[in-house]
Amino acid sequence: MQNALFLIPALPLAGFIFLLFFGKRLGEPLAGWLATAAVGSSFLATVAVFFDLVSKDAEHRALTQKLFAWLPVGGFHVDVGFLADPLSVTMLLFVTGIATLIHLYAIGYMHGDPRFTKFFVYLNLFVFSMIMLVLGDNLLITFLGWEGVGACSYFLISFWHESEANASAGKKAFVTNRIGDFGFMVAIFFTFNALGTLNYAGIISASPSLATTTATVIAAMLFLGACGKSAQLPLFVWLPDAMAGPTPVSALIHAATMVTAGIYLLTRMNPVIAEAASWVPWLIAIVGALTALLAATIAIAQNDIKKVLAYSTVSQLGYMFLAVGSGAYVAAIFHMVTHAFFKALMFLGSGSVIHGMEDEQDMRRMGGLFKVMKVTSVTFIIGFVAIAGIFPFAGFWSKDEILLSAFGKSPVLWVAGLVTALLTAFYMGRQVFMVFFGEPKWDRPLAEAVPALAAEREASGVHQGHGEGPSEAIHPHESGWKMTLPLVVLAFFAATAGLLNLPMFDRTKFLEHWLDPVVSFGEVHVHEGPVFKVSVAMIALALAITGILIAFAVYIRKREDLAAKIEQPIFANGWNYDSSITAFMGGPGRKAFEAVAWFDRTIIDGAVNGVGTLVRDGSGKGRLTQTGYVRNYALGLAFGAVALAVLLISKAVY
Amino acid sequence: MSALLLASEGTAYHATFPILSAVVLTPVVGAIVVALMSKRRPEVAKQVAVLFAVATGALTFAILGLFKTSDAGFQLTDQLTWIKDPHISWALGVDGISLWLVVLTGVLFPIAMLGAPPHHDDKPFYAWLLLLEAGCLGAFLARDLFLFFIFFEIVLVPMYFLISGWGYDNRKYAATKFFLYTMFGSAFMLIGVIATAYLHAKGGPVTFDLQTLAEGQGIIARSTGRWLFLSFAIAFAVKVPLFPFHTWLPDAHTQAPTAGSVILAGVMLKLGTYGFLRFGLYLFPEASVWAAPGMVTLGVIGIIYGAICATMQRDLKRIIAYSSVAHLGFIALGTFSLTRQGLAGGVFQMVAHGITTGALFLLCGFIYERRHTYNLADLGGLQKPAPKLAAVFTVVMMASIGLPGLNGFVGEFVILQGSFLTRQWWTVVAVIGVILAALYLLWAYQRVFHGEPDGENAKVFDLKFTEGLVMAPLIGIIVFMGVYPKPFFARIEPAVVRLVHHVEANSNYVEPKVARDGEKIVPRDERREVANEEGGH
Repeated sequence: MQNALFLIPALPLAGFIFLLFFGKRLGEPLAGWLATAAVGSSFLATVAVFFDLVSKDAEHRALTQKLFAWLPVGGFHVDVGFLADPLSVTMLLFVTGIATLIHLYAIGYMHGDPRFTKFFVYLNLFVFSMIMLVLGDNLLITFLGWEGVGACSYFLISFWHESEANASAGKKAFVTNRIGDFGFMVAIFFTFNALGTLNYAGIISASPSLATTTATVIAAMLFLGACGKSAQLPLFVWLPDAMAGPTPVSALIHAATMVTAGIYLLTRMNPVIAEAASWVPWLIAIVGALTALLAATIAIAQNDIKKVLAYSTVSQLGYMFLAVGSGAYVAAIFHMVTHAFFKALMFLGSGSVIHGMEDEQDMRRMGGLFKVMKVTSVTFIIGFVAIAGIFPFAGFWSKDEILLSAFGKSPVLWVAGLVTALLTAFYMGRQVFMVFFGEPKWDRPLAEAVPALAAEREASGVHQGHGEGPSEAIHPHESGWKMTLPLVVLAFFAATAGLLNLPMFDRTKFLEHWLDPVVSFGEVHVHEGPVFKVSVAMIALALAITGILIAFAVYIRKREDLAAKIEQPIFANGWNYDSSITAFMGGPGRKAFEAVAWFDRTIIDGAVNGVGTLVRDGSGKGRLTQTGYVRNYALGLAFGAVALAVLLISKAVY
Repeated sequence: MSALLLASEGTAYHATFPILSAVVLTPVVGAIVVALMSKRRPEVAKQVAVLFAVATGALTFAILGLFKTSDAGFQLTDQLTWIKDPHISWALGVDGISLWLVVLTGVLFPIAMLGAPPHHDDKPFYAWLLLLEAGCLGAFLARDLFLFFIFFEIVLVPMYFLISGWGYDNRKYAATKFFLYTMFGSAFMLIGVIATAYLHAKGGPVTFDLQTLAEGQGIIARSTGRWLFLSFAIAFAVKVPLFPFHTWLPDAHTQAPTAGSVILAGVMLKLGTYGFLRFGLYLFPEASVWAAPGMVTLGVIGIIYGAICATMQRDLKRIIAYSSVAHLGFIALGTFSLTRQGLAGGVFQMVAHGITTGALFLLCGFIYERRHTYNLADLGGLQKPAPKLAAVFTVVMMASIGLPGLNGFVGEFVILQGSFLTRQWWTVVAVIGVILAALYLLWAYQRVFHGEPDGENAKVFDLKFTEGLVMAPLIGIIVFMGVYPKPFFARIEPAVVRLVHHVEANSNYVEPKVARDGEKIVPRDERREVANEEGGH
């Protein structure tokens, strides 16, 4: 089994290469099927590795394979090697599994797109990169995957590149991520300099010898990298814009897999974080809690169906960081897995809705879709109760674990988590009620059904921009089986994934025992009685139900006055955070860059040209000395000889 | 030629055929043949020129094949006395530092000829290009200071004529600026070359032989050595170009014909960085250690400054020109970090940058063929009518940005890893350049390729078969170097390690040791002390 590890990344890579050269010839839908098969077989390979690991003792659950030396320079030596251990296999299972479903979905979703095959080329490359990120046995292979998924994210966000907005969103994602990559790279340099290796095995065994300062720098810099990739404060701004990409991309890359890479990285490096100064975990927890809260407040006032989910993703990732900062790595991974199921489900569900609504993304134009899109609605609602944290769906269990450990860290963090839970239940309830229930707003022309939206679009002056459906009546329909089958499968897991780690008995904490060999260094265990634990869970559950009830009251009972009060413009505008950054970059930032360019043109190059002019003018004058009279030259010679003589004599004397 | 045959040195690797002389002289012969051909059949001139360039390329690959991987010294050496007193000789040799640059030259010239034909006067164009190739190869292979100087200077002439003869509107200004600026730098070097040889001789027989001069350290006084180093350094700094000597480069690139830009960025700039290794570190080890902080600082300034300037350009070629300033700043940083990773990464990056930037300029040329402008404001939406061109551009751009798996990353990362060992904070600042590279290239890409094309932009044709044929080997090399750089480093490393030891032996510098996997970890400062003690015995 050990020697077959390479198959897991190799299969999607083969798919990518094959489709790159022959995809056009295969055409639609064959190219899509081939891509799906490549990823599906990668999933099967992962399952095989998983069972192989399960059959071993807990201490021996690690398979490694080295393919070849990648960067061998002096003492700096990095291999292309893989490490399959409980952490990486857990992640790979849901990465390849969900990716297979989303590939299948995309065959239906991308139907008729002129760049159908290209989409799958990118998608396979993405899966390959993501697998490298997770399966790499050293920091640099993880970095390779890390950058690879970033590049694919860029390609796929700007997939419909004719639109300026998509192109800008892709660029923004890449550049923002690069700020995080700065941290990642610096962390790599510090790690190698201190430990002489980038291998995870070596780092883990040597980390106790790390000086606190070094460990602190490494941990903080890794966290900066994680903030970029996993869209945390202050670098989260790219993720909401990333929704410009096709919806399967949003589900796969910008919800389920790539954006969780930051949590994976920190979990992987938990022995180093354990050695760092205590302010680093505090920082991680606080940033996580703040991001969770902030993004949740923004989500309650969004009207774009995907924007709600995007901010929700940012918020849920914040939860995971809160867990990591609290030392609850198992809870973080647990929530990562459950979130991958229900968020991928809801993104795909929203894609199904957008598909049925003829590209309309504004929720104000929806309503009452339950009647016409049964499968989409039911599965979406399962996702909704899962994320809201309703017993016994997946989110209830994983969120509960996080809140419990946050309480252990600090009650303030716990309160932030609770408020976020309330908001989450509210905004997701709002979305479900606006989209699937209430009065349909699509059966009439836009101007008649939603005059406010019609006026907004009139004012923007763009004729049917991205995410805008026709202004005539729309006839929504349920999507085909390629799209609904993934929804059903994901809904099943969104409902049941809590079984992975049931907290009641020690032997039902499967995930905790499974991950124990990897996270035992940094893991903080909460030692509280069952009464306490149950009350914490009950408080969260009560708040979740409250949130849903408020949403019901406001959006089904039509309390428009309340809605206006809740949907504050400051929330809708995302606390003006993004626009402030844009203003800064476009204003002082640009001015500073312009100043440098001016300096280069005027001072540096000016000096060069100045010297040139000086020499030309000077030699023009110098030419006058060339009189052509021998006596003048003779005089010059004489002076020169005298000067030389004086020089030589003075040298000899001293 | 028979004299050359006899002259090959009886070293360990006895070369019966003087392949290095052959590789330098083949393009010279080619240039003469092309120059003597009839003006009326320009296409034949092109074919003959390409044939000679391909033959030269084949010879560089033969050199690669004959090269002994683990040998750190000069190989395949040729020696023929040219002038007895002072001793100047036609001395050529190749080692791990020059090997890949020679191969790079061999690869890029035929590609530049095929990918960027001139629009008039084919015959002299190709003749100049072949002469330029000979000059570049000679400079990389010379083992004699005087010979190096001649080759280093000779390349200016063909490039001057290429820019002024086949360039764009402002070509005369750019060509003159290029020529005078680099000549200004070289003037200092000429003084340095002569002074080094004569001071080294101490009244005895004067030799310009590089190894004799470099291995006999301690004859020239320390302070004099530093002055001599500076005289060379100015010439190389202009050539690289390092900040603040870089302003000739954007002008030269904007005005040069495509083939000129490809060679200028791909090969000629490396004469400067190569010079720093061969005639800086090797010839003046003590002075190099002394100057390292300054050189590293200039390199890091170049990385950030070049990237910021690139961001503000409105002309596609100027963006790439400024990006070269940034990329070569990395090489300067690596070289003067004086660690084997820094040096090896620098050599690797020279080749990588040559390939990627050469490819970028070729692509710029393709765009110009279609739109007759480099102005970003006039371009837009090209990805829609020309998806293949966009795809190829994307790969090359990502390599330049430093995406792992492509060649740009390998060079930059190894450089930074090496420079971090001796110049921690400079390195951290240099990493910022990695962010900025994404900024200007993606911005340029968006301007050129994204959006809805209008007017002329919508009518652009996609990558032609011949254009694809020219780009294919470059893309292949970009991927290969990024995925499997081992064959490169295996040949670069011995020479680089030897050079680092040479520097250590002739200065108070000690290369910091890298902790081996599983070894007991010694904190940096202690390691230094241990190493110093060891060095003391």
